[in-house]
Amino acid sequence: MKATLAIQRGIPGEAPLVQSFDVTFEPGQSVLDGLRVLRRESDPSLAFRFACINANACKECMMLIDGKVDYACTVRLKEGVTTLAPLPKKALIRDLVTEIAPPDERLQLSSFSIPQDGAVS
Amino acid sequence: MYAALEAERAGASVILADRSLIGRGGATVMAQMTVAAALGEQTPDHWENHLADTLAAGRGLCDERLAALVCEDGPRRIRQMDSWKIGWAREDNHIKQAQAPGHDRPRCVYVDFLSTGPAVSRTLRTRLNGSSGVRRIGDLAIVDIALHDGEAVGATALHLTTGRAVTIAAKAVVIATGGLTRLYSRNSASSNMGGDGYALALRAGAELIDMEFVQFFPIGHLAPRLVGMDPIMWDPFRYKLGGKLLNGEMREFEGDYATRDQRSDGKYVLTRDLATYAISKEVEAGRGSPAGGAYLSFRHVPEVEIRRAFGPVVDRLAANGIDLARQPVEVSPIAHYHMGGIRVDDKLETRVPGLYACGEAVGGANGANRLSGNAITEAFVFGARAGHSAANRALNTADAWTAEAARPAVDLLRSAKRRDAPNMAASVLELQGLMSEKAGPFRSEASLREAVGGLERLTREVGETPVSSANGFDPVLVDSLDLRNMLLVAQSVVFPALARTESRGAHQREDYPGLDEGAWRINQIVALTEGRIDVRQSGRLLQGRDAI
Ligand SMILES: Cc1cc2nc3c(=O)[nH]c(=O)nc-3n(C[C@H](O)[C@H](O)[C@H](O)COP(=O)(O)OP(=O)(O)OC[C@H]3O[C@@H](n4cnc5c(N)ncnc54)[C@H](O)[C@@H]3O)c2cc1C
Repeated sequence: MKATLAIQRGIPGEAPLVQSFDVTFEPGQSVLDGLRVLRRESDPSLAFRFACINANACKECMMLIDGKVDYACTVRLKEGVTTLAPLPKKALIRDLVTEIAPPDERLQLSSFSIPQDGAVS
Repeated sequence: MYAALEAERAGASVILADRSLIGRGGATVMAQMTVAAALGEQTPDHWENHLADTLAAGRGLCDERLAALVCEDGPRRIRQMDSWKIGWAREDNHIKQAQAPGHDRPRCVYVDFLSTGPAVSRTLRTRLNGSSGVRRIGDLAIVDIALHDGEAVGATALHLTTGRAVTIAAKAVVIATGGLTRLYSRNSASSNMGGDGYALALRAGAELIDMEFVQFFPIGHLAPRLVGMDPIMWDPFRYKLGGKLLNGEMREFEGDYATRDQRSDGKYVLTRDLATYAISKEVEAGRGSPAGGAYLSFRHVPEVEIRRAFGPVVDRLAANGIDLARQPVEVSPIAHYHMGGIRVDDKLETRVPGLYACGEAVGGANGANRLSGNAITEAFVFGARAGHSAANRALNTADAWTAEAARPAVDLLRSAKRRDAPNMAASVLELQGLMSEKAGPFRSEASLREAVGGLERLTREVGETPVSSANGFDPVLVDSLDLRNMLLVAQSVVFPALARTESRGAHQREDYPGLDEGAWRINQIVALTEGRIDVRQSGRLLQGRDAI
């Protein structure tokens, strides 16, 4: 079976771009499974968060799936188009990744020693 | 989290860095049920009984100091968690303790079936929220330990959100990065369990121990596909309801293998290593289930009983198309836990001054095979001990930080390039396939040599320079840094596995079946010396291997 994932991509300040990918799947597979296949087979730079993969324990893969806030690891892939977008009420970082950590668990850049040209690429 | 809390309590100022959300990115939040400690609430018990069971399960290889620490200090940590309101299940005014395989009596506490790990994480997170001395920082992946004159003086990290290199000065560093089961295709791990801590420790000059012992959980879910539920969730079902393991001919087979082990109870016949062995052998003999495992059947349990025990879970299973009263599920071994890890002394310090480790990152306490429930106890006990030791050092040591200490890792991050390279996400998958096929629970000289060859090739393909695709949340860079660690850690498993020419616990050599007590009742130690992986046993250098 084939699913089409229409994924909103980009970084803050840029006009978002929707890119569509086709992914073949077995019944029962999740949207997160599909996204991981896309990274391996089509575009390794596609950014989304996940940790526990399948257990619905880490809550990191929350995103907008067909317009509804949901976990990519629990929503199943379906035939036809599924739209994926970053969480609307959180600051965008890249593609489907938003800033979801509580403010007091984020790096306060000013309080750390950061090499001048610390950016890595 | 436990180490951070304890270090703060001892007066240190602590930074707790995690590459994911704090307390959500590792195994603890995923853990299902049991935490073993000789509380003696259900039936009289003593920590020495727990130790005897732990040593027996470890098949002669446990570091007895560490195992004793887990068993002796475990009850105190369980009670501390109780006072922090974790909500251990109770019955008749006492904490309820369940029987688990390999334990000689009911010893394992839990919160509720399937929610013990989340409760542990939540309780520790809540304590941390209320602490002023621990600064928590998520999205911060530690890339290397910073060293000055051979001592740990901090760390270099990649701040995932911005893509910047961040250096952290510290008088002591505790590695609490969990295990390595992500090295295998079928695993119960999170994406953060590629063994980062083992690689950090090795490159810093610390040693690893017992690395050949990767525990496979025998009844990982195989089919039909489950979504949103953990693949090792069947254990609690077996605890509570029993559950028959059947082969493809619908025949119970555990008894056929039980003569190898006397430690049986009513519901479980075999410990994890033997159950893994039994299922794999049935599949190999052509008596597997359609997806290549065994059936786990609860059809002998009345439907009302299943529902009484697991009501809400039964509904989630139904959403996955599974009706336990009518249909068996398919299960097979899945990489689950790592007995090996960083070698520490009884203060949880590595041989690198100022570098400590705790939790699953530590090796030795469980020898060749871990008892169920011992891992979370170990995380509490070692966490507390490492946190305390690190704080002591920090309070009694002068600041030795220099920017130079972080230079190699900062340079590595800066060298990341957009370059024509293999797809790193695909290379991770390849590595996992290689380890599963060639260095899984059953190995042989031939398969392990193929693993070495495969790792060599992958290492060449991946190259030394990290690959990048973007500034900030760059999955390509993260994958390439993960591979740098995973490839090193995979070698640290494969080389001692090749050297150990016997079968013991989680290390089963097809070409050397059976224990060799004369030659192999010894631990193997792995170190990285001038780019070479050394495997040592009882002080003797077995072989020096160029790290590939
Ligand atoms: C599905 C599952 C079920 C289990 N059930 C049980 C059970 O019932 N009973 C039991 O005793 N044991 C169980 N275990 C084992 C047990 O959960 C683990 O051994 C234990 O939780 C490990 O705790 P830890 O603190 O060492 O590591 P973890 O909880 O794995 O935490 C490691 C942390 O380190 C972070 N990290 C990793 N690398 C880096 C890096 N480079 N930089 C920054 N941060 C990093 C991760 O994001 C994570 O937050 C289970 C394990 C799994 C996977």
